[in-house]
Amino acid sequence: MNFFIEVLVGGLLAGIMYSLVAIGFVLIYRASGVFNFAQGALVLFSALTFVSLVERGLPFWQAFAITAIVLFILAVLIERLVLRHLINRSVITLFMATLGLSYIIEGLAQTVWGTQVHGLELGISDEPIEFFGILISKLDLFSAVVAGLMVIVLSLLFSKTRFGLSLRAVADDPLAAQSIGIRLNHIWIIVWTVAGFVALVAGLLWGARLGVQFSLSLIVLKALPVLIIGGFTSISGAIVGGLIVGASEKLAEIYLGGIIGGGLENWFPYALAIIFLLIRPSGLFGEKTVARV
Amino acid sequence: MIFFSQARQITTDYRSERRLFRLKQDRWVFWAVLAFALIVIPRIGTDYWFSAILVPFLVLGLAGLGLNILTGYAGQLSLGSAAFMAVGAFAAYNFQLRIPGISLLLSFFLGGIVTALFGVLIGLPSLRIKGFYLIVSTLAAQFFVPWMLTQYGWFSNYSASGVISAPKLEVFGQDFNTPSGRYLLTLSIVILLGFTAHRLIHSPLGRNWMAVRDMDTAAASIGIPILRTKLLAFAISSFYLGIAGALWAFAYLGTVEPDGFDLSRSFQILFIIIIGGLGSISGSFLGAAFIVLLPITLSLGSTALFGQGADQALLQNLQKIIFGSLIIFFLIKEPDGLARLWRHLRERLKLWPLRY
Repeated sequence: MNFFIEVLVGGLLAGIMYSLVAIGFVLIYRASGVFNFAQGALVLFSALTFVSLVERGLPFWQAFAITAIVLFILAVLIERLVLRHLINRSVITLFMATLGLSYIIEGLAQTVWGTQVHGLELGISDEPIEFFGILISKLDLFSAVVAGLMVIVLSLLFSKTRFGLSLRAVADDPLAAQSIGIRLNHIWIIVWTVAGFVALVAGLLWGARLGVQFSLSLIVLKALPVLIIGGFTSISGAIVGGLIVGASEKLAEIYLGGIIGGGLENWFPYALAIIFLLIRPSGLFGEKTVARV
Repeated sequence: MIFFSQARQITTDYRSERRLFRLKQDRWVFWAVLAFALIVIPRIGTDYWFSAILVPFLVLGLAGLGLNILTGYAGQLSLGSAAFMAVGAFAAYNFQLRIPGISLLLSFFLGGIVTALFGVLIGLPSLRIKGFYLIVSTLAAQFFVPWMLTQYGWFSNYSASGVISAPKLEVFGQDFNTPSGRYLLTLSIVILLGFTAHRLIHSPLGRNWMAVRDMDTAAASIGIPILRTKLLAFAISSFYLGIAGALWAFAYLGTVEPDGFDLSRSFQILFIIIIGGLGSISGSFLGAAFIVLLPITLSLGSTALFGQGADQALLQNLQKIIFGSLIIFFLIKEPDGLARLWRHLRERLKLWPLRY
């Protein structure tokens, strides 16, 4: 029983890491209806930038600030060069554009900073601590706290501020939002910066465990089923989806893997997502859209 | 000197209206290209051209055509094309292996059928799940298929390395095992399937696909059977991808292994149809030509500029940046891809040398 709970808790905490990547995605989807495949590339880019700055001898907070500025510049560039030209195009076109964008960002990150694996120390060791006879990784707990804080801050931002209101307006109807004087371009730049910032936090937490390397950008593939289960528009959905995916994939690996063969972590979340979708086609917390002819 | 004049080319019956090429000049150009590809190229091409450029170009073009049927015509986004190719390759291999004396073409065909059935299975959620949510089932296929093929030794006949060499290419007692033979075999299959695709797209089924693509709710309300239309798109698209996969393994690589059919291959095929042109048969091949030639051009260019010592990792990253930029460029400037550029050129030739 203890073993089961340990696997479960480990899975839940790993799921929070997936949620972190998914949240950045939800931000962009809510503010512009863009299905942003480049979120994983953003995680790689921001973590790599941060680590490379630290390795060049910058202190933590300076590196953090410079990375944030770089992310802002990236957001401006993305808005200027890509999004601005694709206003009112179909969602599939926008999705494919972010696919192209993810190639550019990945290539750029590795051209500038090199392809080797960087170690990352956050000052929190990955050693386990004991709770009622169950071992939990310190780093996992720390990430859970960070994710929790981030969700609270972002939810407040969305529901309590004027900015959040205009975000929701843009997501609902970009044309109407523009006509009442909301500046679409500014909104996009801010949202992509914030999404980049969320990606940076996710990248640092993941990087502390796995090392900062190319595989970080593949985390987007873990975040997709999370989003699909949680729904594209809900931040709390991203958290719940992450918990479900994290816990179930670890449990499946241990209990199902013995029967049908191991290594099923790659596809199991997707199979799970299909089952969820067949029951609720727009995700657990997603908004139901009504199609009109 | 008006090359593409349409003067006095009036269709008077349905048969001529539905021809492959309505313009006489188009027909001439088409037959000339076909004759060139079938008769002249096998005599003048070098082995390098056949095995490194022409065969992968044809196979990727066929795969692009398969995805274009699903995405470009029927509007269903798929990120799992490579999984379908893998199913086709392994199914064809197993038919060859387990049915003694089966002809190569038949095992290709059966491989395509198996892939089509698999495609229907993957497409089943498409009635209930729409838009982006659907990429989950194609991605599930993309991760599940390679896992299954490596997990269960039966598929690769318990080969220790998981890599198996494809059987000899022999059709009707003819040996196609030379580079030019592989090219001719691939080309013939591609021509046959290309014609079929053209016929399908201009059939009522093809029009139903486009109606579903443009707006499935509206299509349903005018009585188009949505589920059947979507599933047929999945089946036929998968059939094409399956054949392409079998050709990729048998005629191009000479080995059958799951590793070559990963997510990046799926993206590659998606890029082919974006760059070539969504919803266009010729676009699939233009896109494939582009994708095959770009890395070769890049590496030739870098060798010319920096000599042999060019950093491979850097080159790969630059290639990524260039691909990404091109995709965005095409999406912004020419959403209909290279196929549209070709049509523009034809419009110009219609009046040439006059401007308007």
